[in-house]
Amino acid sequence: MSRIGVFVCHCGENISRTVDVERVAEAAGHISGVAYATDYKYMCSDPGQGLLKKAVAEHKLDGLVVAACSPRMHEKTFRNAAKAAGLNPFLCEMANIREHCSWVHEDREEATAKAIDIVRLMVERVKKDKALQPITVPITKRALVIGGGIAGIQAALDIADCGHQVLLVEREPSIGGHMAQLSETFPTLDCSQCIMTPKMVDVANHPNIKLYTWSEIENVDGYIGNFQVTIRKKARSVDMDKCTGCGVCMAKCPQKKIKSKFDCGLGTRPAIYVPFPQAVPNAPVIDRENCTYFKSGKCGVCAKVCGPGAVDYDQQDELITEPVGAIVVATGFELYSIAEKPKGSSIKGYGEFGHGTIPDVIDGMTFERLASASGPTGGKILRPSDGREPKQVVFVQCVGSRAREKGISYCSKVCCMYTAKHTMLYKHKVHDGQAYVFFMDARTPGKSYDEFWRRAVEEEEAVYIRGMVSRLYQKGDKIVVMGSDVLVGVQVEIEADLVVLATAVQPRQGADSLAQKLGISYDTYNFYSEAHAKLKPVECATAGIYLAGACQGPKDIPDTVSQASAAAAKVMTLFAKDQLEREPIVARVNERNCVACFYCKKVCPYGAVEEKEIRDRQGNLVRVVAYVNPGVCGGCGTCQATCPSKSVELDGYTDEQVMAMIEAL
Amino acid sequence: MHETKEKHDFEPKIVAFVCTWCTYAGADLAGTSRLQYPSNVRVLKFPCTGRIDPVFILRAFQRGADGVLVSGCHPGDCHYMAGNLHARRRFAAFRGLLDFVGVDLNRLQFSWVSAAEGGKWVEVVTELTERIRAMGPMEEFKTLETEECWSGALATPELQEAYNQI
Repeated sequence: MSRIGVFVCHCGENISRTVDVERVAEAAGHISGVAYATDYKYMCSDPGQGLLKKAVAEHKLDGLVVAACSPRMHEKTFRNAAKAAGLNPFLCEMANIREHCSWVHEDREEATAKAIDIVRLMVERVKKDKALQPITVPITKRALVIGGGIAGIQAALDIADCGHQVLLVEREPSIGGHMAQLSETFPTLDCSQCIMTPKMVDVANHPNIKLYTWSEIENVDGYIGNFQVTIRKKARSVDMDKCTGCGVCMAKCPQKKIKSKFDCGLGTRPAIYVPFPQAVPNAPVIDRENCTYFKSGKCGVCAKVCGPGAVDYDQQDELITEPVGAIVVATGFELYSIAEKPKGSSIKGYGEFGHGTIPDVIDGMTFERLASASGPTGGKILRPSDGREPKQVVFVQCVGSRAREKGISYCSKVCCMYTAKHTMLYKHKVHDGQAYVFFMDARTPGKSYDEFWRRAVEEEEAVYIRGMVSRLYQKGDKIVVMGSDVLVGVQVEIEADLVVLATAVQPRQGADSLAQKLGISYDTYNFYSEAHAKLKPVECATAGIYLAGACQGPKDIPDTVSQASAAAAKVMTLFAKDQLEREPIVARVNERNCVACFYCKKVCPYGAVEEKEIRDRQGNLVRVVAYVNPGVCGGCGTCQATCPSKSVELDGYTDEQVMAMIEAL
Repeated sequence: MHETKEKHDFEPKIVAFVCTWCTYAGADLAGTSRLQYPSNVRVLKFPCTGRIDPVFILRAFQRGADGVLVSGCHPGDCHYMAGNLHARRRFAAFRGLLDFVGVDLNRLQFSWVSAAEGGKWVEVVTELTERIRAMGPMEEFKTLETEECWSGALATPELQEAYNQI
């Protein structure tokens, strides 16, 4: 006979408001095998956990059911409490009567009845629970950082400074990301390049950082502490060891009219190029799509002029497999392109804003390149169409963001601040110019942020018009901006020379396919999901994978750097131990029953099933059976449901446990 | 003012077999978002839909479920890479079998609900509950069980025990 303890939590009023907790505890007390049942206001608090520990000792309990929140929230807490009380932690289960009951039902009778049912099912399950011992596995103390923007750079530097090896993988030819493209940064207006490039150089020179640029993640296998990552090092067509970065190849390349992605299409670059002069590494890449040699087999000028003979047209993509123990994902964002709608996107376009059809309608990042001292205009604000200095500039905020009817309901967070910065940069460069801003709300929380915005309005004389723009159209060499001023209640028409749209911040295209490789979850916009919105903001639900920067949600630089350092701290915490305790939710084979059909081996996604030979004392082969390597098993249980002879059992989810619950329905 | 809730003659028992990474988390999200849905559903958590044995579904029907829901991660999003794909194939075959033995397939629902889709969880559960409520209680298996018990064929204690363990 079991001696199970049931503890029903009020969760303040979160549960007790709709569930009669006293009645649940009383009903639980009548279930056969329950030796003790009680309710308490906050089970997770110190006194609550104390109550649990005391009850285990006093009533000699051999199993616990905590009826409270989701196990995703506090299972660990209560299992630790059970452990402290001298019980095997896997004999403690949670009955989810908050997320699955009190929060989703209003009728008190119904909710109470359901809560009692949930508790009953869990009591039956606990009766069949077995004590499990954690599995210890070694940790590979190397980290992988995906993305070489400011988030990835910060995380990589922090981990490397702690003495651990870091692999930094960047898709583009150079690290730096979006921050390298920015002109000046809010709220201090210090030059982005000046604070960014030294960090890039630190990465390149750090003895613990191995840099893979022009590379992508091909595949990820394994689990926390023991990942195997396959990196595709794309063919650079330049031998990085030989290249000195002299730049002669770029100067001599006859193909010079390719639009520069780094300069948002404002400037041009040759077919053999580095994205920007301060690039790290400084070795160029041949853009094979636009290179004359790759297109027609003729030319070869770069190979001829290269002194060290670094140009190698025959270079192939290389696949490298590296073991790592932890992964930081820092893939960043991109701006919603109004001109080109991503394929398959459910988000509706903004044709009425003329982006992509009117040359002088640009996005925020393009304005950054115009204002940047290292940009295509050398920092002069000039119209892309005719190179004239614009005297009236209209900024439109919330283009794409906060527009539920268009498909994006979130706020992109950085646009209010960067638009205020843009008006200042413009005013500093064009003294007789006038900036207008159409805005819905000015959202400026953050240290020194509101003061910065007020400076733009009060001292730099940017005219803020509360309301949205309905339409833009070209009229001669001007752009007519039609909008409304909802505070005054009038229609506004401005003849602008340049229009800057603060388009929505979105996750990178392909963020979903990377998530699928990593086995992490993402929201409906493809932003990666953290394990808990408040208490685990940098961890993924998948152990050993951490998030940093805008891939998790729109973020400014200070927030990104903080999160990157937090992710690095989590990696270092993991690496502080030599052995890692893993949840013992793994499959086991009953060798007596196994008929060696190896269906389990076919369905196992981890390759954890091996063929084990059973020999007699003379060494003669008796039988071959399946064997699950507990270090490799991920614990999905597909093998168990597949096994025709029912010889595989997944610890923690055995047929006995599941059937006990179904019987109790 | 709360709407007064409609009272029904028949409240179906719905059992949901869900995976822990997507649908369980999606149902948690429905909770944190305070969405409302019928209280008929009882959720059984599995690591992955790949773990769900069709026998569980049969047994749930035998033990009084009027409707069964199986839900996991969207194809391609499985935390264990491919468990949901195995589940999909398994249940495609199982549905045919269930149809053959005469169970109305409207009582069994499969769906993909991700961790971000609290709203979809509510939709799926509400729809299924309403459908089963309209269909009425599931009698087929229960009558079968009673008939077999009384026919004498299963009267020996050994057979009865074996039968109970199915």
